Amino acid sequence: MNIAAHPKPDLALKPILQIEDLCVEFRTTRGLVRAVQNVSYEVHPGEMVAIVGESGSGKSVSALAIMGLLPPKTTRIPKGRVMFDGEDLLTRSKTQMQRIRGRHIGMIFQEPMTSLNPVLTIGDQLCEPLRIHLGMDKEAQHARAVELLGLVGISDAARRLTQYPHEFSGGMRQRVMIAIGLACNPKLLIADEPTTALDVTIQAQILELMKKLSRELGIAMIVITHNLGVVARYADRVNVMYAAQIAEKAEALPLFCAPLHPYTAGLLRAVPRLDQGREARLATIDGLPPDLMNPPTGCRFADRCPARIDACAKMPELREINPGHLSACHRAEEMNGPLRDGLYPLYKAQAAEAEAEGRVEGKNALEVDGLTMNFHVKIGRNPLSRKKAVVKAVDDVSFSIEAGRTLGLVGESGCGKTTVGRSILRLLKPTAGAVNFEGQNIARLPESDLTSMRKNMQVIFQDPFASLNPRMTVGQIIAEPMMVRKLVPDTMAARRRVGELLGDVGLPLYMSERYPHQLSGGQRQRVGIARALAMEPSTIICDEPVSALDVSVQAQIINLLEELQERLGITYLFIAHDLAVVRHISHRVGVMYLGRMMEIAESEALFADPLHPYTQALMDAAPIPDVELERHRAPRALKGEIPSPLDPPPGCVFSTRCPLATEECRQTVPQLREVRPGHRVACLKIEETAP
Amino acid sequence: MMWYVIRRFALAIPTLIGVAIITFFLLRVLPGDIVEIKLRGDGGDVSEAALAAERARLGLDQPLLVQFADWMTGLATFDLGTSLWTGERVAHEIAIRLPLSLEVAILSTILAILIAFPLGTLAAVFRGTIIDYVVRIITIGGLAVPPFWLGMLMIVGLITWFDWLPALGFVPLFTDPVKNLSQLIWPALSVGYRYSSVVARMLRSTILEVLEEDYIRTARAKGVTERMVVAKHAMRNALLPAITVLGLEFAFLIGGLVVTEQVFSLNGIGLLFVESVLHNDFTMIQGLVMVVATGFVLINLMVDVLYALLDPRIRYE
Repeated sequence: MNIAAHPKPDLALKPILQIEDLCVEFRTTRGLVRAVQNVSYEVHPGEMVAIVGESGSGKSVSALAIMGLLPPKTTRIPKGRVMFDGEDLLTRSKTQMQRIRGRHIGMIFQEPMTSLNPVLTIGDQLCEPLRIHLGMDKEAQHARAVELLGLVGISDAARRLTQYPHEFSGGMRQRVMIAIGLACNPKLLIADEPTTALDVTIQAQILELMKKLSRELGIAMIVITHNLGVVARYADRVNVMYAAQIAEKAEALPLFCAPLHPYTAGLLRAVPRLDQGREARLATIDGLPPDLMNPPTGCRFADRCPARIDACAKMPELREINPGHLSACHRAEEMNGPLRDGLYPLYKAQAAEAEAEGRVEGKNALEVDGLTMNFHVKIGRNPLSRKKAVVKAVDDVSFSIEAGRTLGLVGESGCGKTTVGRSILRLLKPTAGAVNFEGQNIARLPESDLTSMRKNMQVIFQDPFASLNPRMTVGQIIAEPMMVRKLVPDTMAARRRVGELLGDVGLPLYMSERYPHQLSGGQRQRVGIARALAMEPSTIICDEPVSALDVSVQAQIINLLEELQERLGITYLFIAHDLAVVRHISHRVGVMYLGRMMEIAESEALFADPLHPYTQALMDAAPIPDVELERHRAPRALKGEIPSPLDPPPGCVFSTRCPLATEECRQTVPQLREVRPGHRVACLKIEETAP
Repeated sequence: MMWYVIRRFALAIPTLIGVAIITFFLLRVLPGDIVEIKLRGDGGDVSEAALAAERARLGLDQPLLVQFADWMTGLATFDLGTSLWTGERVAHEIAIRLPLSLEVAILSTILAILIAFPLGTLAAVFRGTIIDYVVRIITIGGLAVPPFWLGMLMIVGLITWFDWLPALGFVPLFTDPVKNLSQLIWPALSVGYRYSSVVARMLRSTILEVLEEDYIRTARAKGVTERMVVAKHAMRNALLPAITVLGLEFAFLIGGLVVTEQVFSLNGIGLLFVESVLHNDFTMIQGLVMVVATGFVLINLMVDVLYALLDPRIRYE
């Protein structure tokens, strides 16, 4: 369904929710944190309002304050009103709030995997609000529950009601959460990062569903997110939060086309876009958000703002600049003019044309041929049966990376991209296939001969929190591999080298004395990169290196990786689920699905003209942070879910969800073949779809 | 679910065989000889020939493996053999004392649950308040005070303040429940106190942990009352670790009983245990260990089944 076809909500109606001057404070052992300060916004019936911001900006806290769900012991709300349907929720008693929560206001949370009670059936949890708020009897509850599951697109509802959460996939659990939120026909639904934990095709399904329900049932909706693409595609109005305050608020179109706050403008330039390739270096917002324990007295963004002037030492008011478009910036009027475009120049990467130094035409740093990784898992409940199932986590995957270039490997969860990385690193021993690296097939080398490979091939992990030893200083963490491999003669030399490496990744020298918990997420990831660089590797496997980071920090890390490649000629295998990030950083891109390579081509060719139906669906599903573009795209949401790898479909693994699938596809496994020069696709129907 | 129970049951058998092997051979390593103690214990002068004859009569002259095989064959037919000391059937000796010990064990488990569950829950819900602190003092006491000493304090207290001493002779529960309970409640309490403290502390910390879970926030967002949040959503999840501890602590309960029965002069298997060890009565000790071990395994089997009933994820493993 095309969302543009829906009628616009009538803004002349009284707002259902009006937040005025809300302040929230937390008492912590380190001091008072002012998590939300003087925030005001309103939501009209049938309208979708987005609250956008990075972690710690106070966007979730303001929503939890509406619900009265903040921890009572440590929270104080010194000021503000939350007017809902004519009454101030902040003055309601605990019992009165219990009657409003779940009845008039529903809420959906970020983590569908943990947001449902594991020991109660779906039916139990879905019927609970019906019983406590509407006093329905058992039969009425059951009937309504079946109806609700149907509404959120879960078939076979009667049977599903008796099942437990662990029998549902993540996307299905989020549908259940939506059903619970909608159970009592609420007037307002608050969704806190509803799709952040989901795959991009499932994200599209869930968001389409929410938008449709909000329009059809006239429910006002608040969506809290950090994903600007989601905002561009779905939101009617947007509030941008920065460091506990609202920086800018406007309707979606003017906000994206003509942002009036330098922070918003920076965010929009910092996001890698699906429609922009490698040639553009991402704009970065330098530095970090201020500490809310001790915020600056002036404009909170001033420290990081490229348009800073003397007046910024005074706190700017949120003012209406254009009709309906508010900005908290002293230079907001100027932002209407040339200032906006001058702030974050989209400069071309200098070496983009020259290509990285290390690149030697045709010389491959890494060749993977027929890589297969099978896992054996026990199936069945009979303890005596030895029946084992084979999960083909990676099935016959081949690719090569030219020295000094980047291959992006993209796909949804369970597609085997991480297993590919681990097999190449020999953290797993591949079942079959060859991995040629520096003249050796490292897939077959005995464990004892892997030393030199391990020196030349390093890895950067996704979670910068978990992959650094909390009891070692940054300096020790970076020096450790050098000392173990005896790359440096003594500790003095190691210390000098640590200093150089910290400089390489853009961290000040004093950081070497810090412990990981004293660093921000982006700084930790820089340490992870410095540790990998310490070995002077020729190749680095990057496994989702930026997916845990905020947008502005993500751009810094991506730029750093690109810059290091240009300077040191390092080869990257870049594994990620975010198409835009992969497009931005990769020369060549491979798309995986359920253990198989579906399509592999030069980045430009692949994104300009995706041939495989799965690649096309992925690109459709990924929203672009550009309202005009999004309004003219009719998203073709991919139906269904990824099949279980325990029981993959015979024939083409994508045939169960493919719009083009025929009987032939369900029986024949398509081989990867070169359809155009350098563009290989595994699809039987490809000649028919190619232009 | 069926398979789950059967599998757990099947796993109990090798466990018990392992217990049997270890008990048998460990006892033979101990110094001391029952025949010596029996015949020369009073300092009498007994000839080597008489000692050898007694050994032969008891079967102690057989090679170790033969003795072991004999005992294991007996076990397979639920025959625990005869006591080396008294010559009575081991099974009989245990059977006449088991009801008393079993009753104390069950009574103290019930007491432990009755004390632990409200205390643990209250402490968690009113965390950081005076209630929490009082519960923490009570439970620390339970861990620090040895059961036998608590038992002695109880006896002293009952005599000094109430001028009353629990009866010494055991009256079966169904003959005179009041008399039976007034006698056994004290040893049960002295053993159950520690038991309840361990469980209460466990329950407190797991409830606190569960209350931080995302699904608790979901329940609150649905408008569920705080009481139902704890009773329905948090409790069932928090019970799982508490139940595990309940099963494991059962072993300490038996250990506590051995000493406590001495304090209260109860003629249960604890007393029998101590006497048999003093006499080096191998067959009796072996029999007792097997009975206690079986009890322990059964309790933990029940815990596993309870676990599966409470947590659907385990049923489908």
